[in-house]
This record gives sequence, structure tokens and C-alpha cells, in this order.
Amino acid sequence: MMTIVFSLFLLTMLVIVAVAILRTENLFTAVMLSGIFSLIMAANFFVLDAADVALTEAVIGAGISTVLFLGALALTAEYDRSPPVGTWVPLLTSSALGGVIIFATFQAPRLGDPSAIVHQHVAPWYLEKTPELIDVPNVVTAVLASFRGYDTLGEVFVVFTACIGVMALLGRVRPRRDSIKEGEFKKATDNLRHHLIPRVVGKMLVPFIVLFGLYVQFHGDFGPGGGFQAGALVAAGVILYSLVEGGVRGRELVPEWFSSVLVALGAFTYTSVGVASMLMGGRFLDYSVLAHDPVHGQHLGILVIEAGVGMTVAGVMITIFHAFSRRGIR
Amino acid sequence: MTLYDQLPALVVAVLLFTAPIAYMLRMHGFPWAAATAAVVTSFIVACSLAATAIGGETIIYEMGGWPAPYGIVLHIDALSALMAMLITGASSAALIFGAKSLADEVGEETAPAFFAAWLLCTAGLVGMVITGDAFNIFVFMEISSLSTYVLISAGPDRRALISTYRYIVMGTVGATFYLIGVGFLYMVTGTLNTADLGARVGQVEDIRLVLVAAGFVSVGLAVKAAVFPLHSWMPNAYTFAPNAVTVFIAAASTKVSLYVLIRVDYAIFQNSIANHEVQLTLFLVPLGVMALFAGSLLAIYEKNLKRLLAYSSVSQIGYIALGIAMTSVAGLTGAIVHMFNHGLIKGGMFMAVACLALRYRTVNVANLAGAGKAMPWTMAAFVMGGLGLIGVPLTPGFISKWYLVLAALEKGWLGALLVAVILISSLLAVIYVWKVIEVAYFREPRANAVPVTEEAPMVMLIPTWIVVLTGIWFALDTSVSVGLASIAAKTLLGVAL
Amino acid sequence: MAVLGLYNYFVFAVLLMIGLYCLLARTNIIKSIIGLSMFQSAVFLLYISMDKVDGGTAPIIQEGVENQIFANPLPQVLILTAIVVGISTTALALAVAVRIREAYGTIEEDKIQEMDRKQ
Repeated sequence: MMTIVFSLFLLTMLVIVAVAILRTENLFTAVMLSGIFSLIMAANFFVLDAADVALTEAVIGAGISTVLFLGALALTAEYDRSPPVGTWVPLLTSSALGGVIIFATFQAPRLGDPSAIVHQHVAPWYLEKTPELIDVPNVVTAVLASFRGYDTLGEVFVVFTACIGVMALLGRVRPRRDSIKEGEFKKATDNLRHHLIPRVVGKMLVPFIVLFGLYVQFHGDFGPGGGFQAGALVAAGVILYSLVEGGVRGRELVPEWFSSVLVALGAFTYTSVGVASMLMGGRFLDYSVLAHDPVHGQHLGILVIEAGVGMTVAGVMITIFHAFSRRGIR
Repeated sequence: MTLYDQLPALVVAVLLFTAPIAYMLRMHGFPWAAATAAVVTSFIVACSLAATAIGGETIIYEMGGWPAPYGIVLHIDALSALMAMLITGASSAALIFGAKSLADEVGEETAPAFFAAWLLCTAGLVGMVITGDAFNIFVFMEISSLSTYVLISAGPDRRALISTYRYIVMGTVGATFYLIGVGFLYMVTGTLNTADLGARVGQVEDIRLVLVAAGFVSVGLAVKAAVFPLHSWMPNAYTFAPNAVTVFIAAASTKVSLYVLIRVDYAIFQNSIANHEVQLTLFLVPLGVMALFAGSLLAIYEKNLKRLLAYSSVSQIGYIALGIAMTSVAGLTGAIVHMFNHGLIKGGMFMAVACLALRYRTVNVANLAGAGKAMPWTMAAFVMGGLGLIGVPLTPGFISKWYLVLAALEKGWLGALLVAVILISSLLAVIYVWKVIEVAYFREPRANAVPVTEEAPMVMLIPTWIVVLTGIWFALDTSVSVGLASIAAKTLLGVAL
Repeated sequence: MAVLGLYNYFVFAVLLMIGLYCLLARTNIIKSIIGLSMFQSAVFLLYISMDKVDGGTAPIIQEGVENQIFANPLPQVLILTAIVVGISTTALALAVAVRIREAYGTIEEDKIQEMDRKQ
């Protein structure tokens, strides 16, 4: 009962924050509110027993996404100057969309119904077979890294694509002098250097965040966590350091060549595991053939691909952040 | 496991394996060479898969060794093999064709990122057509979309940026709609495997969620496939992308979304929703007919040659939508063959346009006066493509229209109406193709214009003509294209081969 | 109570509506991107709401504890993927927005359209 009340509260908060985001004209406020939105969403995921997802949403949605938005704001504009015209078509479209979904979901199984079809077919098989076939306690990790490892491979390449996209857009072409506010972003990010308390506290937090990231990486088999969360956490640590110390010191800590090597190396590692399992006589990404004992093979494969995922995600987030932060300084 | 058994995975794995390497090794010319080698290898693998599929065989490859529906399986039948061949073929042709023009347009510094994105785009599109898992389609859809955004934004004009932004918005909304639909399907069936979904959707008692899921999936894919009136992102994206990129995405990318639409509607919904063919007809026939007229009319009034061809694609997608909506073997065969043939025709035409753009430095139709004399081979290739768009006999366009008309004639009075529509829109195609021909062949260049005397370089002309001749080949010998398409159509409709 | 059990889905629908409205009605590119990311995160809620089982816990098997009820792991895996896809799209869209600002001097779509028409 407590869960339901808590859940109702969180969901209502989500709607309120969403309306506030829609209404505000100050983009800075909107970005801050969308960070809060993600944080409430993460809390809500936690209530719904999705610990891994909650951790990821908190780090990526509330943390890294907010920083990227702030970076983009410093390079673009502070206020939303949309004219208040022609709002009928969007209003009708979105109401129709919402209406259809609400109409449909009256047929959906209620929250937490154990007899719902989603809990009958494929899911119990994962819960039942994971101890025997893969033998890691965290079933989410087992499904993510092995049963649906091909999806995860695809996902690593999605972030990889985003990274090369941002680099192609912001990395190399020199911006025209007249259209960019010189050093705007530098001012925005270096402000913290003159505030003693955030600076000291921020710096103190960095090692703990990175350490926690490494713990999440290698503890992902046993508890919530894995490559995605770990990569994002390590990146968050580096980004926090860059924010309190300035982008230049941040790039001294993790040079750009290093983070982009990390990106490619992670993606390469993951695919190589797939190719290795083909060469050893199995199917693509079949880790069982990697060692004499299939379960050991699974452990080995999951360890290596999670490392690949961690490297790519950390590298991508750091590279993208650097690309934004360096853009204004030139 | 022999190499032969591993082929289904290799067609994507080769591309994914090469992408990070092409990105990291920044030697001069290496990214292009690596990308071309990988894409051509993938094309050869796709051809050998097609050779298996033409026997009516379906290849199932269990990723990670986990059986369906617990793991992800690759599911390669005649339709997937034909599409994989089209995608990898278009990608190889565009890369070889663009060796020189891309080096100019993209620049040395961005080249590693650009060619890595090209590889990923190919991998994403191929991944979508060979997978047998509804969620996996989403993942590869996102790989292909994100990389397409990167490729388009590399265009030299600043309007490339705003076109990319609009494409990002529409593409993401489309993909998210698809994801919502898959979510509802998972809610009522508990599975994500397409074959398993097809079997289990039929057992769902209350159909409301299934209907809404079908709606979301179809609308989302229609956005991504640029079905009229959801095409608004497409003309500018084609126009401002680098020329070789336009060749590739015009030939392959919207077709893949149509492929998924066919796959989902036929493999999952057709046998499980009562009156599904009526719903499909009600959804797609009006859109298809509107697309035929609107696309052709917009093309007739368009001044920019690239955008003219993009609007022509909007109308050609209308034919494919009509074929899908017929729910008959002939109609589906026509739709699938037209996906393939239109890819060939439009690829060849955009190659000719790229040749013109290289010499004339503009793609405004009015400025191309005299091109018929100055660049005879290029213009001849363009005219061959134009005849294909109209559907003149001995061109690939004729074959697919033939099947569409056959299918329409099965449908009684509505079919007769559709035949009339197809004929009228072919006449409209004559108008917009003639508009270009008239300027290029019969109008004297303006006095103050810089005279163009040189034909396009051989490195561009030869690939263009190879594509044009391949098109004629597929118009004369239809055993591969129509053969695979009719097997695909029969499999999808559950008719004995 | 029956309606309370569906509250999650209603909130999903409302968030989707707000996100789409923000995306379509605002001409400011950054604001639209915020709408887009809200639109995407609404879908996370749909999937994660499916995974909950009454009396269940997160799907982490503890040794020595019998008869545990676990939440469904599959939607969680899918959404881990979707979250990463979401941030990738957002990052790319923001990079494009920055380049648009540099090329046009504004990120208001209507003004950009005007400039393009003049060209």
C-alpha cells in the first residue's frame, strides 16, 4: 500500500514538472526542471523494482543529459522566443494521441498483476534458467549481456554513432568568428572555480564517483550495475572534475585522443568477442565456446563485453562533453 | 560450424567490425578504402544468402546460441535477402561512385567519422532486414537513423543542418511510435520474436490493444518511410545531403522502413486480426493515391533537380504503398519488386545528377541548358532512369507497374479506378521527366553562363552506367528480382510455393 | 482500485502528450529537443510499468532465499537500451542545434525559415 501511495505521488509530480517545463520561457529553468524530471523518473523506476534502470536514468538522464543541455545552452540562447501562434494543430495531434492510448490501456493488466501475460511466456524462462546456464545472480545482466547480447552490441554502436556524429559536427570545423559569443561556455563552466565550497566539495566527490563507477562495473553480475552505468558514472566523475576545475584541466586529466581511443576500442572489443566465438566454432556472441566449461565461458564473455560497454560509454560521454565545452573557447 | 553456416551473422558483423577501425586509423584514404572493402564483402555475402533464399528456404541463425523466443534470431527469407542485396549493393555502388566527389565534399579531417557513419548506416539497414526480433529492429533502426543524420549534416550548404534537425525530429518520433507499438504487443503476448508474435497475437482475446499497437507501428514506420503526408522531412534531406549520400539513402533507406511495414503487417497482424486487409486498404490506399498525385505535382513545379527527384520518390513510394495495400500475391510481388527496381532507378538517376552537379556547380533545372550536348553520357543515363520512372517497357519500372496493374485488375471496380490512377500518375511522370529533358537537350545555354564542355570523369561515369545497365538487366531477366519477390509474397500470405 | 492500477499508463499517455506538444508547438529548437527527450522518456514508463509484480523485488537472485518473487527482467533490459538510445539522439540533436546557431545566428525555427526563403 505504501508503494502505491508513494508511486502515485511520484507520478503526479512527474506530470507537474512536465507542465512546468512546457510553460517556462527561460531555457535554463527548463533544463534544470528536466533534470528533476529524470530524477523523479529514476525514483519511480526504483519503486517499480527496476534498480538497474533507475541507476542508469539517474546518471544519464539527470546527470549527463543536463550537463549537455547546459553546454548547448551556453552556445545557443537563453530564452525561448517562440511566438504563441498556431497551437491548434499540435494540441489536436497530441490530444488525439493521448486519447488513443488511454482508450487502449483500459484493457491493460493492472500494475503488478502476477497473472499478466508479460510474466508468463519468456520472462519466467530467464528467471529459471539463468542460475543454470549463466550462473550470475543479476538476471538483468544475464539477459542484457548474453541472452540479448546482440541488442546490447547494437546499442554500443548507437552511442558510438552519436559520438562520431558529435565529433563530425563540433569537433573539427572552426566556427565563424562573428556568430559565436567568444568564451561564453568557458565563462559558464569556469564560474565554479571562483566558488570555494562547490569547488572543494566537487573535487572531493570525484574520486568517490569514479571508485563507485569501477565498483558498479565489476559488481554488475551480483547487484544492480554493469557497463552502461559504470561507464556513465566514470564519465560523470570526469565531467564534474572538468566543471569545477575548468575544461582545460579536464582535458589534461583525460586527453581527447585517449577518450576517442576508448570509444573505438570498446566497440571493437565487443565485436571481437563475437568474432572470437565464431572462430572457436560457436555462433556469433556465443560465449559458451570461449572456455572449456560453458558457464565459465559465459562468465568470461560477459566480463569482457561489459568492459567493452563500459569503455565505450565512458569514452563517448567524455568525448561529447569535451566537444561541447571546447567549442566556445576558440 | 562451417563458414557457410556463419554467413547470416557475417553480413552485419563485417560492417560493425570495420567501423571502429575506419574511425581510428586516420591515414590518407584509408577510411574510404576500408569502408568500401567491408561493404563489398557484405554485398557478396548478401548475394550468397539470396542464392540460398531463392530456393524458398528460410535461414534461422541463433545469435549467441540461444533459441527463439528467448534469444535473438536472424530470420532470412527471400524478402530479407532481396533487401540485403539492394542495401549493400546500393552502398557499394555509391561508395565507389563517390570516391572523388566525397573527398571534395567531406574533407580530409571529417573523413574517418564520415566513413565510419557510412558503414554503420549500412549495418543498421541490413541489421533491420535480417533480424527476426521486433525490438532488435528498433535498435538497428536507431543505428541507421543516427548515422544517416551524420551523413546528411555533412552537406556543404548550411540548410543541410536545418534539414538534419527536422529529420532528427521526425525520425525520432517515428521510431518512438514504433517502440510504443512494440511495447503494447509485448504487453499482450509476452514475446518479442516476430514469428512467435505472429503466432501469439492471434490468441489474444481482447483485440483493442493489438489494434492500437498496429496503428502505432504502422504510423511510425510510415513516417520513416516518407509515406505522404508524412514525407515532409525527406525532400530537403535528399537535397542538401552530399551527392553520393543522396544516391545511397534514396536507393535504400526509405525502402527498409517499407520492408518493416510489410513484415510487421503481414507476418504479425494479417493472420491474427479479423478484417486486417480492410484496415490495411483503408490506411494505405488513400495515402498511396494522394502520394501519387501530390508527389508528381510537386515534382512538376519544382526547380531544383535533386528535390524534383525526391518528390518523385514520394510518388513512387505511393506505388509501393498501393501494392502493399492490395493483400494479394500479385500486389505484394509488385510492391517488393518496385522497392528493388525503384532503388536501382533512383540510385542511377541521383548518380547522373551528381555528375551534372560536379560540372555545372548547380542543380537548378533552368541552368542545365545544353547539358545534352555537353555531357551526352550523363544525360543519357538520366533519361534511361526517367523512362524507368514512367514505366516504359524494357525498363525495370515497367516490370513492377505490370504486376501492380495485374493486382489491381483482380479487385473489381476499385481496381479499375486504381489502374486509371496508376496510368494518370505515369503521365504526370512524363511531364516532370520531360521538363528536364527539354531544358537539357533543346534549350541553348544562356549567353552569360560559364560554358561546360567536359563530360563527367570516368570514375563517376562508369559506376553510373553499371547501375543503369543493371537496371536494364533486371528488366530483361526477372528471374532474380521477381523470383525472390514472388517467393516472398507467397510466404508472407501463406500461399504454397 | 482498478483505475489506480492503470494510473501508470495514464501518466505515460499524459507525458507523451506534453512531450509531443512541446515538440510541435515550440519553434525554439532547444525547447523542442527537451520535448523530444520527454517524449522518449515517457515510453520508458510504459515498459517499466509492465515489469512490476506484486510482492516482488528486483530480479537479483540471492542464495539461500527460497520462493522469491522477481520483477520481469526483460522490459528492464529493453529500457536500458532505450535510455542510451535516447541520450545519443539528444546529444546529436544538440550538436546540430549548436551548428545551426553558428550558421544562422538564431535557434528559432520560424526565423530560420524566413532566412532560407530569402536565399
